[in-house]
Amino acid sequence: MSVEQLYQEIILDHYRVKRNAGLRDPYDIEVHHVNPSCGDELSLRVSVADGAISDVSYDAIGCSISQASTSVMSELVIGGTPQHALELYDGFQKMIQGQGKVSLNEETFGDAVAFEGVAQFPARVKCAMLGWAAVRDALLRVQASAKEEL
Amino acid sequence: MTEAYDVEAVRRDFPILARRVGAYPLTYLDSGNTSQKPAQVVDAIADHYLAHNANVARAMHVLGAEATAAFEGARTAVAAFIGASRSEEVVFTKNASEALNLAAHTLSAPLGPGDEIVVSVMEHHSNIVPWQLACQRTGATLRWFDVTEDGRLDLEAADREGLINERTKVVSIAWVSNVLGTINPVSQVAAMAHAVGAVMVVDASQGVPQLPTSVADLGCDLLAFTGHKICGPTGIGVLWGRYDLLDSLPPFLGGGEMIEVVRMTGSTFAPPPYRFEAGTPPIAQAVGLHAAIEYVSAIGMDRIAAHEQELTAYALAEMQKVRGLRILGPTEAVDRGGAISFTLEGVHPHDVMQMLDSRGIAIRGGHHCARPLHDRLGVQSSCRASLYLYTTYAEIDRLVEGLDYTGSFFSGRLATTGGAR
Repeated sequence: MSVEQLYQEIILDHYRVKRNAGLRDPYDIEVHHVNPSCGDELSLRVSVADGAISDVSYDAIGCSISQASTSVMSELVIGGTPQHALELYDGFQKMIQGQGKVSLNEETFGDAVAFEGVAQFPARVKCAMLGWAAVRDALLRVQASAKEEL
Repeated sequence: MTEAYDVEAVRRDFPILARRVGAYPLTYLDSGNTSQKPAQVVDAIADHYLAHNANVARAMHVLGAEATAAFEGARTAVAAFIGASRSEEVVFTKNASEALNLAAHTLSAPLGPGDEIVVSVMEHHSNIVPWQLACQRTGATLRWFDVTEDGRLDLEAADREGLINERTKVVSIAWVSNVLGTINPVSQVAAMAHAVGAVMVVDASQGVPQLPTSVADLGCDLLAFTGHKICGPTGIGVLWGRYDLLDSLPPFLGGGEMIEVVRMTGSTFAPPPYRFEAGTPPIAQAVGLHAAIEYVSAIGMDRIAAHEQELTAYALAEMQKVRGLRILGPTEAVDRGGAISFTLEGVHPHDVMQMLDSRGIAIRGGHHCARPLHDRLGVQSSCRASLYLYTTYAEIDRLVEGLDYTGSFFSGRLATTGGAR
């Protein structure tokens, strides 16, 4: 597959105009994730209210794949339940590690289907997962602290 | 008159350079990472394994004698190549990192609080972390040279701050920067170190492969480099040291070959270089390094340096024509090696690398094991093209063309071709 197919227009669009970018208040938890192999860094905040993700905001330095993936992720999870976001994480991870053999349901995953090409470039899998890993980490921490309070 | 440099003849010795990557010819511009190997080196290693293989020093048979002679012959060749006064000054390690760790571990043994070790902010992690660990162990303080805006060692600031002073015990800097390409004034820094009684260590990993080397002219006490960046195999590095200094240093790693007499109550140690070579050494790798040194010597290190200098000047000029491209480090080929780091506005180095790779062009992206330098320069990471004796003008042209395309692709100046599926 060609590199132009890797860099789908949807990816370049999210890279140029990142959705939900910038750190915002209020938030329940902030996490920092890095990709040591290329130095990508991500700070991500999650806010949960009334059982739904009310906001995901982030500040990131990184390549087009990691930036666009974080942007797409934020659009997909905001407004949904934490449980739905964790299910999306599982589905996205399965696809991205599937070496091109796993495809995503476009209705559920929207713009994230543009990352199916990344699965063909193993060196870039970590880039695409950075934002997803961060949001999963943040949501699990929110859930853990909610349990402690009970 | 010396005959013109025949880069095509050189390239014929490197079979890998004839391969293709997809529809494109390979354009290998990552030699600062590791160089490619000529057939002569691969053949020498194969011949060693197929016809002479045995362990060294302890095997008392014909093959053992041949392997030992080959291993020690490599030591003699390395000594001559870098202008060492005797072959016992050459210690074989597994790479330059181990050589620098050996230096840091042994030189720091007598240090304590109040003592200072000086490096520079442009060092490879290999010439920072071993000294940080040494400082943690001993309580000594790590200090460093800054760089100027154009990527040179800031000697004036060092002078102002009294960076090198009576507390300085070790100074360790790169001869040639692996990121900026800067050639540092090692002999000048060595004189500063020696004036206060400090030991001068040089990380010559990028220097020895690119420039004619004389340890006497550099004025250093210890010098580290690696085999795989000078057309040799991986798995072998060199620490050269003045014999009297090596003789005064404690052992580094313990094991076979580095001892004199071992008793359960204590051991005595072999003289240099064996004191620092515990266990079975990299024998076939030494044979390969010997062949590599013979190979580059036959071409002439002065001619290799001149070729790189010419190409670097051309690359610097052409690359600066690319829209949004910023060179890190000196932008003129003066006191400069063949590593050219750069950023491309609006495009992350990882993406630059990927786009170029799709055209068969191999460069490096990231922080090139020099994160403190990137922090200092205010860039998160960069791309690096690094040249060597087999690099051609056509390859530089392909790089520049690829960079133009990459910049346009990511800024949306091109009509994207692969968007629809």
